[in-house]
Amino acid sequence: MADPIHQFKINKIATIANVGGHEIAFTNSSLYMLIAAGVVTALMVGATARRSLVPGRLQSVAELSYEFVADTLKSSAGSEGMKFFPLVFTLFMFILTVNMIGLIPGTFTVTSHIIVTAALALLVFFTVIGYGVYRNGFKFLKLFVPSGIPIYILPLIVFIEVLSFLSRPISHSVRLFANMLAGHITLKVFASFVTMLGGLGFVGWLGAILPLGLTVSLTALEMLVAFLQAYVFTILTCIYLNDAIHPGH
Amino acid sequence: MANGARDKEGPEHRPADEAALSARLRRLGNRLGSVRPGRPAEPPSGAGPTADPSAIARGFRLSTELVAGVIVGAMFGWLLDRWLGISPWGLIVFLLLGFAAGVVNVMRAAGVAPGPGRTGNGVNKD
Repeated sequence: MADPIHQFKINKIATIANVGGHEIAFTNSSLYMLIAAGVVTALMVGATARRSLVPGRLQSVAELSYEFVADTLKSSAGSEGMKFFPLVFTLFMFILTVNMIGLIPGTFTVTSHIIVTAALALLVFFTVIGYGVYRNGFKFLKLFVPSGIPIYILPLIVFIEVLSFLSRPISHSVRLFANMLAGHITLKVFASFVTMLGGLGFVGWLGAILPLGLTVSLTALEMLVAFLQAYVFTILTCIYLNDAIHPGH
Repeated sequence: MANGARDKEGPEHRPADEAALSARLRRLGNRLGSVRPGRPAEPPSGAGPTADPSAIARGFRLSTELVAGVIVGAMFGWLLDRWLGISPWGLIVFLLLGFAAGVVNVMRAAGVAPGPGRTGNGVNKD
């Protein structure tokens, strides 16, 4: 039986440099990140190369994705949140593209590694802290002190709020990673049923129709999940940025 | 046909039974009717940061929120134990606090509690 975990294996393609005894390698993961970045860049540059009042097919895609992310950002973080539009748009397009590329059979899914999603989530986390402190100074700490709480349970509430704040990057990253990982393992397992049953001869081929159909429909579901998880990652980013812009009220 | 067969089996005690049953059903219906309006059947959509379009995504989000809170609490307590040498107490206290934080996360994700630093009516909006 094909190993369902094998698809997540990282292979070294080339060594870039050695820094302090650690090897910095260019892996298949880096390659697919580069491909995704290239695809997004090509889409955006290609779409805006011939700007027309009546948008063509490519330009519509670019405009739709812009409108979509801009609406999401404005509705959760206010118009001041548009300052962060480049970050949010980049995150959304990168994650969406990486997820979609991962659905092509034989490719590598970058977001199925928690180190990648954790890095993205921590980027958002530190952006929120950095901008929150820069913009609000000490008032940013009001995020941890809800007003109108009796003084004798305030220390407890502050601890809980701090822990709740620290748990954000974990839930933020685990959600994307676990969805991608679980989806791809499920696909692989069902697909391997097809070949296993096919080895049994004619009856096996008949029986293989069911897992084959399931694999096809699961692929459709995975496409939905790929988009949905990119969207959820984006909207959570917007909600967290909103806390940095307007802590407490 | 089936009804007719049952009528022949016990024609004398059937009407009494059915009357009692329908009375009980009516009572139950009345009680349900009085309970239902009290609790909202579903949290209103658009209230708070609940924009996940599908139920699976929503359920998964809530569970990760809870687990993340507990994990952070456990990690914090364990580190505190190691640094201060107060072995089980840091873990015990912070695991409980982490659980509380996880519940707070879930309530916020579900839109039934206001966001951090807010004490409004649960609507996380400016």
